[in-house]
Amino acid sequence: MKLQEYQSKQLFSKFGIPIPKGRVAATANEAKHIAEELGGRVVIKSQVLVGGRGKAGGIRLAKTPEEAEELATQILAMEIKGLPVRKVLVDEAANIEKEIYLGITNDRAERKPVMMSSSEGGVEIEEVARVTPEKIIKVHIDPLLGLRDYQARNIAAGIDLPREHWRTFGQIAHGLWQAYSGSDSTLAEINPLVITGKNQLLAVDGKVVLDDNALFRHPDLTEMRDLDVEAQSEIEARKYGLSFIKLDGNIGCMVNGAGLAMTSMDILKLFGGEPANFLDIGGGAGAEKVAAALRIILSDPNVKAILFNVFGGITRGDEVARGILTALGEVQLRVPMVIRLVGTKAEEGRQILADANMITADTLVEAAQKAVAAAKGA
Amino acid sequence: MSILVDKNTRLVVQGITGNEGLFHTEQIVAYGTNVVAGVTPGKGGEWVLDGKIPVLDSVQIAVEATGANTSLIFVPARFAADAIFEAADAGVPLIVCITEGIPVQDMMKVRNYLDQKNVRLVGPNCPGLLTPGEAKVGIIPGNIAIPGNIGVVSRSGTLTYEVLYALKLVGKGVSTCVGIGGDPINGTNFIDALSMFEADAHTDKVIVIGEIGGTDEEKAAEFIADHMTKPVVAFVAGKTAPPGKRMGHAGAIVEGGSGLAEDKIKAFQAAGVQVASHPEEIPELL
Repeated sequence: MKLQEYQSKQLFSKFGIPIPKGRVAATANEAKHIAEELGGRVVIKSQVLVGGRGKAGGIRLAKTPEEAEELATQILAMEIKGLPVRKVLVDEAANIEKEIYLGITNDRAERKPVMMSSSEGGVEIEEVARVTPEKIIKVHIDPLLGLRDYQARNIAAGIDLPREHWRTFGQIAHGLWQAYSGSDSTLAEINPLVITGKNQLLAVDGKVVLDDNALFRHPDLTEMRDLDVEAQSEIEARKYGLSFIKLDGNIGCMVNGAGLAMTSMDILKLFGGEPANFLDIGGGAGAEKVAAALRIILSDPNVKAILFNVFGGITRGDEVARGILTALGEVQLRVPMVIRLVGTKAEEGRQILADANMITADTLVEAAQKAVAAAKGA
Repeated sequence: MSILVDKNTRLVVQGITGNEGLFHTEQIVAYGTNVVAGVTPGKGGEWVLDGKIPVLDSVQIAVEATGANTSLIFVPARFAADAIFEAADAGVPLIVCITEGIPVQDMMKVRNYLDQKNVRLVGPNCPGLLTPGEAKVGIIPGNIAIPGNIGVVSRSGTLTYEVLYALKLVGKGVSTCVGIGGDPINGTNFIDALSMFEADAHTDKVIVIGEIGGTDEEKAAEFIADHMTKPVVAFVAGKTAPPGKRMGHAGAIVEGGSGLAEDKIKAFQAAGVQVASHPEEIPELL
């Protein structure tokens, strides 16, 4: 789960990281009032969860409250990369002398958090990594010990930060470590961390991605979830404990297990089809789950056929078959469905479905070929 | 004729009184695996499965009372990291964690702690281990694989079953199947399993089942090229997965241009590994 910029910076602020004065606004009028309160120049920043807001015209500088109102009106009417702008952050404009990057993320390969910093702030770190990888300083943090003081100093030295800022930089690095570990983030980054005209360090922009598996520890952060960025079908799927991702093809997929679900998509493509979605119904697929999955798949008007592929292990074929029958009582099936049941109680399952007039298949290849043919109307 | 688990396995099941723990323990016992105890804190003194298996309060007690040498964990995600620490501190040398959804930062702490001890973790978010005919330590259905000389290592669950079943249908058997799990931070990785298979006298060929996300397949390919004498066949799931989306498993995500299926397939091919275009093609390539 991603946090918006203003939410990320609020989190940073809790851990002692200096951020610009400012507040979030949902209307242009509010934006004007905030600009009046702050006085002087302000930045109006669209709050959407995509990169490239500035280039899209979603970040603008206003010299007066009136201009702030006008720009907020424009920005609040925008859509950036398909996402509607619902809120703007009105921040005191900083006088920027120098931009730095500072972030922490999980390094899968090293199995440790890694703190990264670069003197080239303000651009995406992936871009710096591509063009000037030598300008990124990386320090791995022992998750059992946390960030050590000397590591923060080494980073400051590594990015050629003037010595007068080392102490404050160390405090910010520790604050970021605490924000990252205290919120179970998978990414916490300040970009840019600026040196202002008054020679102070300030976190001007921030990004935080939380670990979905750890949200149970953070009910306060979970409330910040922005449902706008997710497809309606994906939100619906989460309610039923289904893992669902919408794609652009026309063959709906319902599979147990993530690896097998991906494989089913791949094999459809191999035989000339296009999957309409990724859907893992998980273990123990009862009628309620199957019905929900069918509804979600069929809500996509592009779907011309469905591939139902279940390998029974923990999941029992007879239970799944009964689930399908019950689901068909609730949901009108408007497209052909190819069913493949293998493994635990699969034979019983096939018997239960014998009268349901489904297309059946024994192997994965056969199932994929039949689904592709069905989608083409053959 | 196997790695990690066999007839000498003395298994303790953590979380044995939960729904999943109890259901699978029954299957594990039915398969003939030696389950010596279960652990559920606060339920010590009870018995499960018609009085066959004692429930104890801690792994420490289980190890002292029964000589357990392997632990299998079904504890819910929020308590699972603690369960792994407990097993490690009790001196259990092999820990298999089935639990899905453990926070990544918990797993980083676990992994860095275990690295300081002589403990092997398999998983989490995995189907566990199966040495056909000898021992089942996990949730892989016992009836879909027969004993043989093929080692299998996989990041997936049901996809692994699919492969085992395809092998069985053509009469090919398995030495041990190792499900290493779909999480970004896990215990045993491909290279660990590959080197054990290379050293195992009863494994002649190996199947590697990978998926998108991370770079473990690329590293496995490098290891195979440099250290494996036994033939390896691979399959990689997720060729059609869009970037930036987590495909079910926490670890199955293409991020910042890395973790793509095609890169993994190329790496395997460059290492002389045959890559199947779908799971049912694997038996033909062996």
